[in-house]
Amino acid sequence: MIYADSRTILEVRNLCASVEGTPILKNMNFTVKSGEVHAIMGLNGSGKSTFSKVLAGHPDYEITSGTVIFEGKNLLEMAPEERARAGLFLAFQYPIEIPGVGNSQFLRLMYNTVQTHRGKDELDPLEFDDFVREKMKLLEMREDFLDRSVNAGFSGGEKKRNEILQMAMLEPNLAILDETDSGLDIDALRIVAQGVNQLANKDNAIIMVTHYQRLLNYIVPDFVHVMVDGRIIKSGGKELALELETRGYNWVSDEFKAASRVAA
Amino acid sequence: MSVQHAEQNSYLQNLLNGHPKLETGKQAWLNALRSDAVEAVSKLTIPTTRDEEWRFTDLSMLTKMSLQPAQATVKLAAADIQRFHIKEAENRLVFVDGVYAAHLSTINNSLITLNNLSSLLDKRGALLHAHLAQQVNSEGNVFAALNTAHLRDAALIMLPRDTQAKAPVHLLFIATQKEVVSYPRTLVLADNGCEATVIEDYVSLQDEAYFTNAVTEFVLADNARIHHVRVQREGAKAFHIANCAATLSRSSNYQSVSIAMGARISRYNLNVKMAEGAECSADGLAMISARQLADTHTCIDHAQPHAISRQLHKCIVDGGAHAVFNGKIMVRRGAHHTDSQQSNHTLLLTDKAHIDTKPQLEIFNDDVKCTHGATIGQLNLDEVFYLQSRGVSHEHARNMLTYAFGAEVIERISVASLKHSLEQTVLEQTSAPI
Repeated sequence: MIYADSRTILEVRNLCASVEGTPILKNMNFTVKSGEVHAIMGLNGSGKSTFSKVLAGHPDYEITSGTVIFEGKNLLEMAPEERARAGLFLAFQYPIEIPGVGNSQFLRLMYNTVQTHRGKDELDPLEFDDFVREKMKLLEMREDFLDRSVNAGFSGGEKKRNEILQMAMLEPNLAILDETDSGLDIDALRIVAQGVNQLANKDNAIIMVTHYQRLLNYIVPDFVHVMVDGRIIKSGGKELALELETRGYNWVSDEFKAASRVAA
Repeated sequence: MSVQHAEQNSYLQNLLNGHPKLETGKQAWLNALRSDAVEAVSKLTIPTTRDEEWRFTDLSMLTKMSLQPAQATVKLAAADIQRFHIKEAENRLVFVDGVYAAHLSTINNSLITLNNLSSLLDKRGALLHAHLAQQVNSEGNVFAALNTAHLRDAALIMLPRDTQAKAPVHLLFIATQKEVVSYPRTLVLADNGCEATVIEDYVSLQDEAYFTNAVTEFVLADNARIHHVRVQREGAKAFHIANCAATLSRSSNYQSVSIAMGARISRYNLNVKMAEGAECSADGLAMISARQLADTHTCIDHAQPHAISRQLHKCIVDGGAHAVFNGKIMVRRGAHHTDSQQSNHTLLLTDKAHIDTKPQLEIFNDDVKCTHGATIGQLNLDEVFYLQSRGVSHEHARNMLTYAFGAEVIERISVASLKHSLEQTVLEQTSAPI
């Protein structure tokens, strides 16, 4: 939702990033204010997943120029764990499996670490158990889910739900959902979307990175951006997503090229 | 005879000293077994790194030691070994420096025959004769031959037909004296359709050098199911060499998990021979640091059709330690529809940590499904990043993933309290934050 008295959460200016010397992000500009829901859409290889990983601090990407200010701080100077503690959350496209580490142990470690850094009290195992079970209801998760190893042997849908559960627990200021809809059946998609919608409020913001319009039926964006070749070339409202769904992406590129020619 | 051979011989003769004196009696076969083994030893030498099978494991430190079997038994009280108890185990046989300690052992289950060699010879001599030293051969194996030459006390487990031993059997081998060599010996005879869990556990109450030379034999009759858990947590300066063989009859099932954490130098040879429709898993974890060496050689022999084998062997190598894994899968002519999977994953935690790994597939058949894979590396950056992105520090993330790497094998142990205590050990060693 767009609010008049919103604050700027994220400000990306002329961001360029490369992996092993190959430029992926080329002059990315992007601003997110509190309360807003953004969708970044684009074809495979457009750089949208790279953008989410760069924001979360993945070590494989080298920032070659540009700035990113998150909640008034220089995000690029922060280690990935500092970004998480400061309220940035990335729901992974492919969450990793950690056999041998119980999900509840992991969730408690994650939660307490972040709480401590935010100057809040840790929860003991019993308190934590109540807390996590409450959050699990939101995502219609089965009880045995806590006893299993982190993501090990989880279905695609269960992994994505586990991501959103983590988001629900950490209450980030900025949540980036990287292809959260991919591989989900309609029921799972509905549950995940419902979870996200309940977490959205006027103080936080959400960026959805996606290929398809499908997720946007459930989580309605305020802004839709089209990413091509490492930058945003068109932005619009939610109707842009529908247009992309029916017309594909080529017309956006063509329009952009034509505009560039005129400008030149 | 070369000088070296002569030196070796005197070393071996020395090791043979103190082997049990032959008594004339009705168990002539046992004496013959021992004297054949003595004979075998005299034809063999301690392997050097010039032997293909011992390329990476240098035993020269062992040959410099003066070793003898325990002269006096150390009288331990039950309290001394309390911390090694596994609560699920109703039956426990305890051996102190290789000598059976009746007062520390507990035998509760009347269903299974669980005993020490001498007490069983009269009643079950024929059965023992048929199986003892038949799976692990003295021929060409100097350590197995030495063990058999010294055969006196042994753990014998006989599982009757179609019985299910719900509680695991715990075989506890405790080292208490320095410069002592012990020869732990185990024979498990699993009759048709029985089920049991056997825990073989090597521990130490002291930190000086000693030598454990163990032999373990499993004979599984048709449809028998055995879960074999092996924990090698010897003292830091110990030498541990062990030979284990399992012979699997039709449709029997042998699941083994072997954990190597202790000893300065350890070597474990596991040979599994499978008949038609048999299944086995031979999983292992070596977790070593400082200057430890842990060498695991396995051979899974698909001798007949339709057998299934699975193997996951992992190594966590810290400090300047050295791990060795040689995993041979043999598929013999006529062993159609063999299904075999092997994987070996190694985590090297420092620049000086070292692994030598070799999968060895020998397939004499077309109609088989055999896969193998090996990875060697540092921690996966994506995994570390995932944990960091959840607020966990870089160091904690690394420790946690190291722990998880090892826990994947430990999780396969079906005895909850042992699994938990081993997980705790790995947690402490990795300083994982959970």
